[in-house]
Amino acid sequence: MRILSWAYLVLLFLFILLPVGALVVFSFQDGRLPVPPFKGFTLEWYAKVIADRDLMAALWNSFLVAFGSSALALVLGFLAASGLARVALPGSVLLRGLLIAPMTVSYLIIALGLLQVFNAVGVRPSLLSTGIGHVVINLPLCFSIIYAAMGEHQRNALRAARDLGAREWQVLALISAPMLAPALAAAFFLSVTFSWDEFIIAFLLTRFDVTLPVEIWSMLRSGLSPATNAIGSLVFLVSVAVVVTLEFTLFRKSRS
Amino acid sequence: MTAEVRFQAIHHRFGTFTALHRVDLTIAPGEFIVLLGPSGCGKTTLLSILGGFVTPTQGKVLINGKDMTHVPPRGRPTTTMFQDYALFPHMSLRDNVAFGLRMRGVAKTPRRDRAQEMLDMVGLGDKAERRPHELSGGQRQRVALARALAVSPDVLLLDEPLGALDLKLRRQMQDELKAIQRRVGTTFVHVTHDQEEAMAVADRIVVMNQGRIEHCGTPEEVYLHPASLFSAGFMGEMNRIPVTAKGMGADSPLGALPLPVASGGGVLCLRPENIGFAGELALGPARLVDTGFFGTHHRCHFAPLSAPDLRLVAHLPQGAVLEPGREVQLYASNPVILPHEAAA
Repeated sequence: MRILSWAYLVLLFLFILLPVGALVVFSFQDGRLPVPPFKGFTLEWYAKVIADRDLMAALWNSFLVAFGSSALALVLGFLAASGLARVALPGSVLLRGLLIAPMTVSYLIIALGLLQVFNAVGVRPSLLSTGIGHVVINLPLCFSIIYAAMGEHQRNALRAARDLGAREWQVLALISAPMLAPALAAAFFLSVTFSWDEFIIAFLLTRFDVTLPVEIWSMLRSGLSPATNAIGSLVFLVSVAVVVTLEFTLFRKSRS
Repeated sequence: MTAEVRFQAIHHRFGTFTALHRVDLTIAPGEFIVLLGPSGCGKTTLLSILGGFVTPTQGKVLINGKDMTHVPPRGRPTTTMFQDYALFPHMSLRDNVAFGLRMRGVAKTPRRDRAQEMLDMVGLGDKAERRPHELSGGQRQRVALARALAVSPDVLLLDEPLGALDLKLRRQMQDELKAIQRRVGTTFVHVTHDQEEAMAVADRIVVMNQGRIEHCGTPEEVYLHPASLFSAGFMGEMNRIPVTAKGMGADSPLGALPLPVASGGGVLCLRPENIGFAGELALGPARLVDTGFFGTHHRCHFAPLSAPDLRLVAHLPQGAVLEPGREVQLYASNPVILPHEAAA
């Protein structure tokens, strides 16, 4: 039984990690195509990728959009959750449902809708409109994570703060946000991750300045190359670094 | 700092449920008052109305003569010590205690000094840098008290503050609360469902039931001369013997008793510790059914010979030697006759 369960574990991880593993391995391919057999080790593709101006510009754009839209989604989600947790409005169940609804709609549909709205009001496709699109998809995520983290214990601490003379903004900034720090961080970094590798909205709502997934897609149109593997590996490295840092700092703390 | 509190015809409804029925109550400056009653009696609602967390459907709240009915909590000269303490987990004890002063714009040095002074008062001066989760329940309790008192409120509200503590610690905290209240002179309004706690700390007890005040008086008055059957029963164990008027006295299952009774009849209430072998009121012969030793007293069940189905509970002193089956003459003191409960 022990052997079976270990074998199952290994198979599971192989299934999950094999594609990424292959991507990373063939980014070091000393040859023109990222396919077996492995011909030898080289860092040439990484050098090429880092020297590629368009790619680095796209990387920077992705960074801007991810952090900007996530910060905005976080603030809006936090305020919405604080408001809905505090007062019981007659339609608050409906309001919560409405806030979470975009999560259930496919990104393609959201992108089409945004494209039409932006066209109608005369907003040109740009990083800004992409950022707005990412706020639309990440706000429900931030809202539900933060709302779920607010408990009775929180509510009482906020009451105590008001009782001691705090104004509403002071209650939010000095008590609520610090008490929710683990949830806020989780919501923020999840949003960053989702925005970072979101393709459809970015593809439809950008034109000249593009984000990294869109740039990679246009690279792929000219065929497979170890260079795309290299940029993919770099992005993967960043994601892993973020997850590992989170795991060892915030989430460890909140568990104790 | 201290203030008078006046509730004027406070009426409050939650949906279709009426939590408070036109409650009038005046609390004197510097008084330690306890709102006592079973859960759902409206005591916590009344406290929330005083703290500003609930606006009453009708009626007025006056603090020091000023109408505070629609003033939010931060505008009132009140602070609350919450049931679960509601300390801020991300702040040190000093920052917790200084929070109210910080909100009032007090500069850093004086507010730290004041926080230290308050922590010293509750015996936690050496732990000012700690976080709340490093403390025991009783210590958190003290921090909550220090935090609420640091802003020198006119009225301190205590919402079942000792509910989560074990019995020994609860007794100790009751003594401390009382001592601190004497020292600072602030009006304390304390909510509890524990009648022993109420008697231990209160200057005056307000017994509440189903949104109404049943009785309001000193612990002695409420315990010894209850105004209603409810408050008599809530304050402690009670023998209840139905009586009817007969001539100048009363007729009861125990026979005629020399007690004045209203024409509608009533209930003779006798505390177990007021029944024994001597007293002003003869209850006639009774047989001891069983007995148990409770440390401070023997708890005995007696069956009166004239009414063998009735059981009288008596607390007899430690030295009493008794065996079941013995027949004795019983006497009672401090008899109270109350009207039957209105059919509610």
